Amino acid sequence: MSIKIKIRGLRKSFGEKRVLDGVDLDVATGTAMVVIGGSGTGKSVLIKSILGLITPDSGSIEIDGEDVLKASRARAHELRSQIGMLFQNGALFDSLPVWENVAFGLLAEKKIKRGQAKDKAIEILSQVGLGADVALLSPAELSGGMQKRVALARAIASAPAIMFFDEPTTGLDPIMGAVIDGLIVDCVKRLGSTSIAITHDMASAMRIGDQAAMLYQGKVTWTGPAPDLLTSDNPVVNQFTHGRREGPIQMALRK
Amino acid sequence: MNSILNFIAAIGAAALNALGLLGELGIFAASGLSHIFRPPFYPRQLGRSLMEIGFYSLPVVALTALFTGMVLALQSYTGFSRFNAESQIAAVVVLSVTRELGPVLAGLMVSGRAGAAMAAELGTMRVTDQVDALSTLSTEPMKYLVAPRLLAGIIALPLLVIVADILGVAGGFLVATLKLGFNPTTYLINSFSELQANDVISGLIKSAVFGFIIALMGCFNGYRSKGGAQGVGAATTSAVVSASILILALDYILTQLLFRVL
Repeated sequence: MSIKIKIRGLRKSFGEKRVLDGVDLDVATGTAMVVIGGSGTGKSVLIKSILGLITPDSGSIEIDGEDVLKASRARAHELRSQIGMLFQNGALFDSLPVWENVAFGLLAEKKIKRGQAKDKAIEILSQVGLGADVALLSPAELSGGMQKRVALARAIASAPAIMFFDEPTTGLDPIMGAVIDGLIVDCVKRLGSTSIAITHDMASAMRIGDQAAMLYQGKVTWTGPAPDLLTSDNPVVNQFTHGRREGPIQMALRK
Repeated sequence: MNSILNFIAAIGAAALNALGLLGELGIFAASGLSHIFRPPFYPRQLGRSLMEIGFYSLPVVALTALFTGMVLALQSYTGFSRFNAESQIAAVVVLSVTRELGPVLAGLMVSGRAGAAMAAELGTMRVTDQVDALSTLSTEPMKYLVAPRLLAGIIALPLLVIVADILGVAGGFLVATLKLGFNPTTYLINSFSELQANDVISGLIKSAVFGFIIALMGCFNGYRSKGGAQGVGAATTSAVVSASILILALDYILTQLLFRVL
């Protein structure tokens, strides 16, 4: 199976704090990769680096064999334009109605005319279980779960070849979390996308991941099939997945 | 000895920070301005910004100009009547309003209303990842968020100042004729005989610069805000304070420049 995303030696520091310290990660085409790790271990920094929202200090990020960090600005933009992103808090545009949020990327890339955009948005909303009545509402009028669905609809609107999910179930109740996970799996399978989801919700990781990687102390410390997460004898993975206080992961707690 | 060195180091660090910030602002302004001229353009965003900065600021600018013109006529009368120079009140009101008070007061009012709103909106977008979301949807945030606001500021403020000029002069006219007993026709003749096109033009040039400054400081502070609600609040305060100070400082510099040219 070919490698869609290949990361080597990725490093990023913020001042004195080294967040990524030589991350190596391969994501095969069509695979759903789940990156787990504690809060502040650099999971978001990793995907923001791939998206070009953060510039890493060193390392390489290859998409389809091309290093986006060395590519021209236009080429890097082209490579990254195949990525759809679901942000942790949805990041819906408050000033636009739901349908414009969903069709935003299509309009920006001129894949669709404004007159057809609303119908297309309603069609995409139906794929995440939302009716046409939601299309004219403002994001502020929606519940957290509905906002997540709209954000998912926006992420899948342009049928991206790569999808990123940043803590997709954070802030949702367990049932709504399972619903969103189900929608993510359906969308990724239907589009045949390669995906990376970052989470510290183990139930979610098991539902949406084919493969998993554990980020610890700025490095990928373990990779393997997602179902093996719970049975891994790696002490870091074992402590994290079972939520044990004792183990190699020491939280910086003030006493 | 150590305390002296620490003091000098603190001054040096502050100076470096200030220079860094100034450089950041310069790059931000240049980037925002360059995006005004490069496609794709966002006319809907421009229209929305024009409404926000121009139309919705109209009441506050109109009321400020009207009352300022009225107060100016009264205060001028108090002073000029001591020297039997009441006939000059019309000229003082019209020149003060068009050359100075119209642009400056409109600038300060719009800074407090629209500049603060811009910083709060962009700041909230920044801390809720909406700015990053734009980037992932093939949209350059500087082009979509900043350039239309800068252009709208440059266009809207001169239009507001035209309204402010008219209402400021009208305020002076109302007080002079209804309260101070001036003859309406004579007052108007005195007003417009002293007024030259350059007086109005210099005010409009100043207001275009002020409009740019208001939008720039609103966008700059909002765009780089961080740290949640507190960060957005700080960005909003900083946008209004910095724009107000810059308006007053630039007013002097522009008056000096235009004094020579016009």
